[in-house]
Amino acid sequence: MPTQPAIEIAQLAHRYGEREAIRDLTLKVSAGEIFAVLGPNGSGKTTLFRVLSTLIPIQRGEARILGHDLRCEPQAVRRQLGVVFQAPSLDKKLTVAENLIHFGRLYGLAGRDLTSQTDEMLSRLGIADRKRDLVEKLSGGLRRRVEIAKGMLHQPRLLLLDEPSTGLDPAARSDLWQYFTKVRDQDGVTVVLTTHLLDEAERADRIAVMHRGQLVALDTPAALRAAVGGDAITIRAADVESLAAKIADRFHIHPQVVDSSVRLELPAGHEWIPRLIEAFPDHIESITLGKPTLEDVFIHVTGHRFWSELPTDNESVSHNTRRRTKTRRQGGKETRR
Amino acid sequence: MSQSISSTTATVPAWPVVGTLAQRELVRFFRQRNRVFGALGQPIIFWLLFGAGLGTARIGADDKLDYVHFFPGTLVMILLFTAIFATISIIEDRREGFLQGVLVAPVPRWAMMLGKVLGGAAIAMVQGIVFLFLGWLAGALGWFSVMLTTPLAVFAAVVLMLVISIALTALGFVIAWRMDSTQGFHAIMSVFLLPMWLLSGAFFPMDVGGWVGAIVRINPLTYGVAGLRHYLQNGISDLTALPSLAICWLVSLGFAAAMLVAAWRIAGTRSTADLL
Repeated sequence: MPTQPAIEIAQLAHRYGEREAIRDLTLKVSAGEIFAVLGPNGSGKTTLFRVLSTLIPIQRGEARILGHDLRCEPQAVRRQLGVVFQAPSLDKKLTVAENLIHFGRLYGLAGRDLTSQTDEMLSRLGIADRKRDLVEKLSGGLRRRVEIAKGMLHQPRLLLLDEPSTGLDPAARSDLWQYFTKVRDQDGVTVVLTTHLLDEAERADRIAVMHRGQLVALDTPAALRAAVGGDAITIRAADVESLAAKIADRFHIHPQVVDSSVRLELPAGHEWIPRLIEAFPDHIESITLGKPTLEDVFIHVTGHRFWSELPTDNESVSHNTRRRTKTRRQGGKETRR
Repeated sequence: MSQSISSTTATVPAWPVVGTLAQRELVRFFRQRNRVFGALGQPIIFWLLFGAGLGTARIGADDKLDYVHFFPGTLVMILLFTAIFATISIIEDRREGFLQGVLVAPVPRWAMMLGKVLGGAAIAMVQGIVFLFLGWLAGALGWFSVMLTTPLAVFAAVVLMLVISIALTALGFVIAWRMDSTQGFHAIMSVFLLPMWLLSGAFFPMDVGGWVGAIVRINPLTYGVAGLRHYLQNGISDLTALPSLAICWLVSLGFAAAMLVAAWRIAGTRSTADLL
């Protein structure tokens, strides 16, 4: 396993005109890890992807990929980098095999090496039987596999993906992650991906949480959750406002009201449950205890709800359809108090 | 952007890249039947209509505008349409994401540009040669004599067609590179490319006076059309009003070289459309 880090970024900054997309970003990705960059839309993660993929030039700061300076040696970086864009990048009028052959040549592959490598990638991704089909005839999930086959064709040491699960059903997403794990374990490939899906980031080895162009947290999923410190208790009740007030009065703690439930973040939550039920037996309909999720982590480090479009606005509930109803939501501002 | 020495050495061999991208253009083109039909059908229809409609009307003393007159101009029109539509596809490549994949590959930008241009030029050549064959066929069947020429002259004409195709495809590349929609390209097509063709001696005789004549004389495409007239109409039409063959070659080669340089330089720039 090479000891050289896969990615080293120092004081990276990027702006589009007046808008600052990335501010003072410093992080390191080790070789052979699956690294997720997690953030809501507009957090700067796609800009980071574009800079790392060499699609846009680096403006300020330093970045080294697999030991090569991104500013001075972009071509050396490109040779070792597999890039999978969020938007499809296949030629729909060509067949699966033709797409791979053309891209293989762009990476200096030729002749028998190229054909055998193409066949190998297609069978590794389970699409060998679709080789001669036009890309436009494939489903979204299969196209994403072709994209990945294309990205991995020249055997890069670093696979960079922007929102790889966009538009994939849960089964296809699960296949994708199995593949990431496989290339990490078998070939020592470093996988770096951006995502706005909390449950997806959870599967990575380490997560960088971005918010408004800045890195706000960087650790393993377990360590990030542990940092929130405590358990989350959710109480369903008929009149949540008055219940919250009563709880605050009686125990001198600060419950939050989120939608139609009362939410408490406390250490040793299991000890609180009997106390709460005994105190307000008639008011509580149900009570649940849970470990903090990554959304709690995000709220903890940023003070903002992950899904809110306008982070300062408490009332705005994001209508993002991707949000799973099971994800617990919290009020924005209050969590900081 | 500017590439340092160390980065250029890290690129992959350039010529396979040029070849593979050019090949892709051809494959794509022939897979889209309506493109083949449109690019070849429209000029043939124009040619037949212009020739039939204007052939009966006598303009000037004895200069007849007929099938013979319109043949080289129509040939250039085919090259123009095909070349331009081939490079329009760079906008589609961008929108469909294919170009992004090429931009992050370790290939020199000039190779990417040249692959696109040569691919487009090859498509134009295929159609141009088909049209040339149709012209020969018309003569062979005795309908009307379009060409009276030697095999060597035909070969020279084909080489000149290639030069014109490369110039026009590179011009299309320059126009299309920074565009993010094909609608914008259609506007350029009507206000710039079509007049450029009309004022290339393809439509009017070369010796029109006034400001129109001046534009005709500074239009580099004029010399391509005139060069083809030299090769294809020698002995049929009066060619004394045309610029000499040497000038025609010189201007056409210069046009192609200038457009390739322009395309190479613009390909090095980034466009906001990269970020679609």
